Amino acid sequence: MVEVLKSGLFDSIQDLGRVGVQQFGVPMSGAMDQYSAKLANAILGNEQEAAVLEFTLLGPTLKFCIETAICLTGMECQAKINKEPIENNRYVLIKKDDVLSFGKRELGFRGYLAVLGGFQSEKVMESRSFYRMITTQERLKTGDVLKIRTVPVPAKVANAIVKTPKAHSETLILEVFKGVEFALLSADQKQQLLSTTFTITKDSNRMAYQLQEGLPNDLHPILTSAVLPGTIQLTPSGQLMVLMRDCQTTGGYPRILQLSEMSINRLSQKTPGDKFRFNILNY
Amino acid sequence: MTNYQLTYKRFSEASILVQWPQKIAPEILADMLAFKNNLLNSEHSSILQITNAYSSILITYRDYISNFESEITFLKTKYASRQNLEKQDSKLWKIPACYDCHFALDLEEISNEKQLSPSEIIKLHVDAVYNVYFIGFLPGFLYLGGLNERLFMPRIKSPRQHVEKGAVAIGGEQTGVYPNASPGGWNIIGNSPLNFFNSDLETPCFANAGDRIQFMAVDFKTHQEILVEVQNGTYNIESEVNDG
Repeated sequence: MVEVLKSGLFDSIQDLGRVGVQQFGVPMSGAMDQYSAKLANAILGNEQEAAVLEFTLLGPTLKFCIETAICLTGMECQAKINKEPIENNRYVLIKKDDVLSFGKRELGFRGYLAVLGGFQSEKVMESRSFYRMITTQERLKTGDVLKIRTVPVPAKVANAIVKTPKAHSETLILEVFKGVEFALLSADQKQQLLSTTFTITKDSNRMAYQLQEGLPNDLHPILTSAVLPGTIQLTPSGQLMVLMRDCQTTGGYPRILQLSEMSINRLSQKTPGDKFRFNILNY
Repeated sequence: MTNYQLTYKRFSEASILVQWPQKIAPEILADMLAFKNNLLNSEHSSILQITNAYSSILITYRDYISNFESEITFLKTKYASRQNLEKQDSKLWKIPACYDCHFALDLEEISNEKQLSPSEIIKLHVDAVYNVYFIGFLPGFLYLGGLNERLFMPRIKSPRQHVEKGAVAIGGEQTGVYPNASPGGWNIIGNSPLNFFNSDLETPCFANAGDRIQFMAVDFKTHQEILVEVQNGTYNIESEVNDG
């Protein structure tokens, strides 16, 4: 068991999401930065689908009620076990009553905590990912108790030091593919899309990131059609809306770009105020 | 069977969008479902899921699509060999809805705008048989086609922060039911006591794309009684198979 002594800014349990149920209007959800979530599980020897705890900007304070091992990835934010600093991307042994806490953010925006065997919160439609209307909880709160599996804890694992490239949270370029309505844009609009440095606004969450700089828009809305995490829609007012993991399954705005899977992960590590440009790739 | 000019576009690293002419039409819905069914029966092992909207299908693969061209060739073969679906596969669901002023927050507004009495509006709404095109927006939100054009009504200017679960509403040329409380901008004309989404069930939504639904007007007392039965799990939704 893990007790939430103090919740962070926004903590939730996430795995790789609900795939195969979008026909019922159910969002995919899942860890925003799936690269980091999978990495944390890999270092512990978990299955890649094991549920991890995702925290945002300010991490929670957690108390472990059993012996286990953990791994932190993603955001770097002065993690400590009791008073001892611990590093990201490491196999860390935990004793009963150890307290994990976080300090000031140094790099990235979303942190991942994996525990040996994964968090055992409720499974709805084959996934433990929190989502309002699907799971009973949308976020963790102070006092919550999280079940984890009691498994034999290897004293250490033979793992090479795994480094996450700095570009993962610091890249100034996001790789995109042309969206299905890209061809409807004028030459000027395309040019502007590629030359503009975009800024992430405060209206950015697990559903979508809104960008500050817009694009003059004369495109008509489309007949409601599929959207995916990473789809960039152009709204009637000319705003770019980058859909993220908790996005709806369908939408009515032109889909002008599609982020690569890795770029969705990387955008998830960016904070409001961060800037980037798009680089168009061919499939 | 009409053969449509379809366009095949790469949507993402692992998905392809197939588009029909951009309009809402029952014959396009039937054609999409026939194609989708043929693809599902092909047991193509790398296809993860197929979802349709009004006039497009998204085919999601397990991994990066490395040979787009050969995949398109495969899809075209499957479109050419599709078979019309049996009519018996589709159901007509009877959806109780209460149009009482207690729920119908925007009925008066529509009445003024359209120069129709509230009872005429309700009659037009319950007389129509709606096609279920797909489920989207919210878990369990049915996109329906077939609203009488005398009831077309633009979305309200300032969307509500809270629309009740079960709200029956009109947005532009569409009508639908909010499966859960949510923000929303459609004109609310009534409320249905049914559950449109239940994640505990293997099939969380009773209606599928290709089914049809018809609203039946019930009074407030009946609405409340049905609500209790739904909560107790004793309410059976009336349905009949398509008789053509």
